[in-house]
Amino acid sequence: MEKKYIDEIEKEMKLANEGLPEHERKFFSDARPSRIEPLNKHLENFVNWARSKSLWILAFGTGCGSTELRPLMTARFDISRYGISGRPTPRQASVFVIGGYASMKTIKRIVRSYEQMQGPKYVIALGSCTINGGMYYDSYNTINRIDYYIPVDIYIAGCMPRPEALIAGFEELKAKIRKGECDGMNKYADNFDWYKENQKKIIKDWNMPDYNW
Amino acid sequence: MDILVKILYAIIAIMVATIWGLTLVAIVRKIYARVHGRFGPPLWQPFIDIIQTHARRAQVSHGLMFYLGPVFRLAGGLGTFLFIPIIYNSAVFGNFSMAGDVLLVMYFIFFGQLGMALGAGEGGHPYSPIGVARGLAQMATFELPFSLAVIAVAIQYHTLNITNVVAAQQGGILNWTLFTNPLAVIAAMLSLLGMNSHAPFSLVKAPQEIPIGPPIEMNGSFLGILQTNRGIFTAAKLVLFMNLFFGGAAHPNIFVALLIMMVKTFSIYMFSVFIGAAFPRFRPEQSFRFFLKWPTIIGVLSVIFIAYF
Repeated sequence: MEKKYIDEIEKEMKLANEGLPEHERKFFSDARPSRIEPLNKHLENFVNWARSKSLWILAFGTGCGSTELRPLMTARFDISRYGISGRPTPRQASVFVIGGYASMKTIKRIVRSYEQMQGPKYVIALGSCTINGGMYYDSYNTINRIDYYIPVDIYIAGCMPRPEALIAGFEELKAKIRKGECDGMNKYADNFDWYKENQKKIIKDWNMPDYNW
Repeated sequence: MDILVKILYAIIAIMVATIWGLTLVAIVRKIYARVHGRFGPPLWQPFIDIIQTHARRAQVSHGLMFYLGPVFRLAGGLGTFLFIPIIYNSAVFGNFSMAGDVLLVMYFIFFGQLGMALGAGEGGHPYSPIGVARGLAQMATFELPFSLAVIAVAIQYHTLNITNVVAAQQGGILNWTLFTNPLAVIAAMLSLLGMNSHAPFSLVKAPQEIPIGPPIEMNGSFLGILQTNRGIFTAAKLVLFMNLFFGGAAHPNIFVALLIMMVKTFSIYMFSVFIGAAFPRFRPEQSFRFFLKWPTIIGVLSVIFIAYF
């Protein structure tokens, strides 16, 4: 193929970052997320075991469900027994707990934080609101299904689910990770355009790059 | 050939120190958990955390200095460690102790922080410079009483060699610096509180106000290296304190000597852990003022005391 066409295709593959003002575009990356293949079988099994034994939750409460995380962290339920701890920055976290309903404003932050997390990353959707909107199913400013905007690994139904249910959910997530079934990061990269389209339908004031590193 | 054997011994010593340092970190987490009324993470959690951080598939970098930050930090930790004899009169755990090494070790304690400052600044996150500024300021203040204590020890034993300092303390518990020069030990132990950065001097990492400070942008292997360094550096600092002030670890049987080392470093570490578990965090200016007041005065007194009495 001629170089002219290759350049054109490459230009089309780049993200437009149209939400940003013209003079700011050069400060942000315009690359898409790319698919990263797992290691060979035995090595991947080993690192998956390590990943499942050391889950770092992003300490970002996105709704009323995050109140359930406090008793989990503290003396009553003490989730650190299971090798789970909180991390205050998305760069280091590996699990994102969507705590219940996500309003239009929050979904923007959720997308941003999710994209900044370094893979493999897992999402636990907590509460009925994340599954079908729950009691906010007809609300004008709450999204109904979190699955349309970021890939979800585990749902925990209930309004509110008890901390015990969360612990059970974490155990389920661990089992899935050990089986190598949690590949949300690659799912997001593969279906990037679909996720972006859904996100942009909801988030009207899109003033951030198309993919947040 | 001789140098190859020494390198092999150094690698063994680094392994032992890393494992012991990380185990100490885990024990400390467990103790804090018990104080909070929890069970806490298992003892092998830091090791799994390190494997997990290295096993991340994607890692964001912010340029060359961002790579070098954790490397400098690890070099600082290794440098501190490699010039301290872990066990007195041992070929395997003697490390590269030499004349004047206490000065080198004190330099290396600072070196890692400076490297980290460069790397963290490259990350571009506003919280990391805040953490770095606080860390370096606190470091400058707690280095003062520590330096005074080391000067007092150097005057007392007429040497700057850690091995000679340990040699001078042999022959009974009353020969330890702890009993021959208590003021210097008090000043140094107070500065150890800052060095270990547990509460009340945990303002560098302050998870609630400046989310974990300098390493906020560090992810994946960068963080893994920092965590490995935490094990080595913790072990190195504690062994240094054991050597300078608590008689070092000396026994003809190497395993008994290692056991002595573990018991002593554990006890020294528990000093700052118990204080950390009982007190809330100082604000930066309170912390700086604390170090420049009592520990420094005690340090000056120790130098005067040892030089003139």
